[in-house]
Amino acid sequence: MNDALISIRKVSKTFDAGGHAVKALDNVSLDVERGSCLAIVGESGSGKSTLANIVLGIYPPSSGEVMFDGEPLPARRTKLNRRQIQLVQQNPLSSLNPKRSIGASLRLALDVHGIGERAERKDMVRALLEEVDLPPEFASRAPAALSGGQRQRVAIARALACQSELVVLDEPTSALDVLVQARVLKLLSELRPKRKLTYIFITHDLAVVRNIADRVAVFEKGRIVETGPTRRLFEKPEHPYTRGLIGAVPVITREELALRASLSTEENT
Amino acid sequence: MSRPLLDIRDLTLGFKGWTGLTEVLHGISLNIQPGERVALVGESGSGKSVTARIVLGMLQSLRSARIGGTVEFDGRNLAQMSRAERQQLRGTRISMIFQDPTSSLNPVYRIGTQFHEVLKREVPGFSYQEAMNRAAEILREVSIVDAERVLNSYPFQLSGGMNQRVMIAMALANEPDLLLADEPGTALDVTVQAQTLDLMRRLVEQHNTAVLFISHNLGVVREFADRVYVIYKGRIVEHGPTTALFDDPRHPYTRALMTAVPRLTGGGVPDIDDDASAFSAPLVDHLAGEGRP
Repeated sequence: MNDALISIRKVSKTFDAGGHAVKALDNVSLDVERGSCLAIVGESGSGKSTLANIVLGIYPPSSGEVMFDGEPLPARRTKLNRRQIQLVQQNPLSSLNPKRSIGASLRLALDVHGIGERAERKDMVRALLEEVDLPPEFASRAPAALSGGQRQRVAIARALACQSELVVLDEPTSALDVLVQARVLKLLSELRPKRKLTYIFITHDLAVVRNIADRVAVFEKGRIVETGPTRRLFEKPEHPYTRGLIGAVPVITREELALRASLSTEENT
Repeated sequence: MSRPLLDIRDLTLGFKGWTGLTEVLHGISLNIQPGERVALVGESGSGKSVTARIVLGMLQSLRSARIGGTVEFDGRNLAQMSRAERQQLRGTRISMIFQDPTSSLNPVYRIGTQFHEVLKREVPGFSYQEAMNRAAEILREVSIVDAERVLNSYPFQLSGGMNQRVMIAMALANEPDLLLADEPGTALDVTVQAQTLDLMRRLVEQHNTAVLFISHNLGVVREFADRVYVIYKGRIVEHGPTTALFDDPRHPYTRALMTAVPRLTGGGVPDIDDDASAFSAPLVDHLAGEGRP
């Protein structure tokens, strides 16, 4: 039996766009194994973020259900559900309250979910900052005083603060410079085994996916067109859409160029 | 060697503020030959975009800006031109493409009207009807088939990729000698980005337009540029022909950048050395001693 932390079963979502229905997700089923990292890739409008929002309980699916740890998630989430499933967004400047210090933002997560004793929480905040490689003095700073990479670390620390099990990472590094991105990705990949986390990693950057995910699901127009272990999917993509996506990635090494070329020659034969 | 179209020598830039002078560029030198595609690659805050803005003559009139060194366009020093002369160059001989196409087009005018305005910069008497015919012709060059519909649309009615093509078409409408492209396509999906780059490359080749291509994306740079300058904290740290630089990066900063790019062939997340002191090592020029100025 597989050990799925979250299973998405036949989920569809239809939005009403001024009189006509738009099908954002069309009968999507996915399992995310406990402790693994599933990447969801696709272009804008493919339904990646709709799926994330359904997993997070921001809105319910039109049909189908989401199972968490073997139990169906209710449409109205319990406080426990909300603690267990956390989100890290693309732009940390808009996801952190600009008027609240970093420490206060982290503290709020602890207060809301009643994690630890009141007296301990100040130290817990410092420990959280250290866990994401930020100096504890940052607790008194405002988000505006931090760089993009540092802010993203704070957003990650907040997800950790909740002692979450599943973290939905929605383009967590696409606003960052490449050196900073590499460091944040390193942090994320170290935290996963250490904190026994499961990731749903939403991105359009396939090169990042290749290096961080265990499995990949490729979305196109609300449907999964291909899914499989990362390595297999990159070396032998079966669906033409997947090939097109991989073939469009700008690359820098000769090995990568060779990989891309091998995909396009198969296309022609 | 022929005279470069754009020749930047020892360019410095500082902004005067409450806390004194903040230095942004510490003497960068860069040149572009006619028809050549040159990339300026670096991280945010490294000074790439301000360089383009100086070439465009947009910082010279800013009171707080302190500019040193020389920028020569087609043999003429930009600093010695009047404001009106610099303005005369913009949109005619030098044009620019920005990162986010949708927000750089005016949302309250139709594409056609905006095209008309662009064409009038070169020929003030261009009539609306003539402009529409010419615009339709240029839009077809960027593979937009239903040009009439596009010209009658507002930017928000078109997709990001479509707006990007409109921007490229507008930028090339007056057949400029130099195109400044600041992170074109970064806001777009990879497949659309790839199409946009192909299109841009084809068009600039056809029209023999020189391009200063500004980007943080090394992959895109490799695919587009003939020659690359790497900029770090307001200094050029490495320069060379694209293949030479990518096959044999020699400056510690360039190497770190290249290591940090996730590979499509896998290999995991790289370890990045936190020590940035090596990044201030002197310029590595792959073309040094090959008769360049």
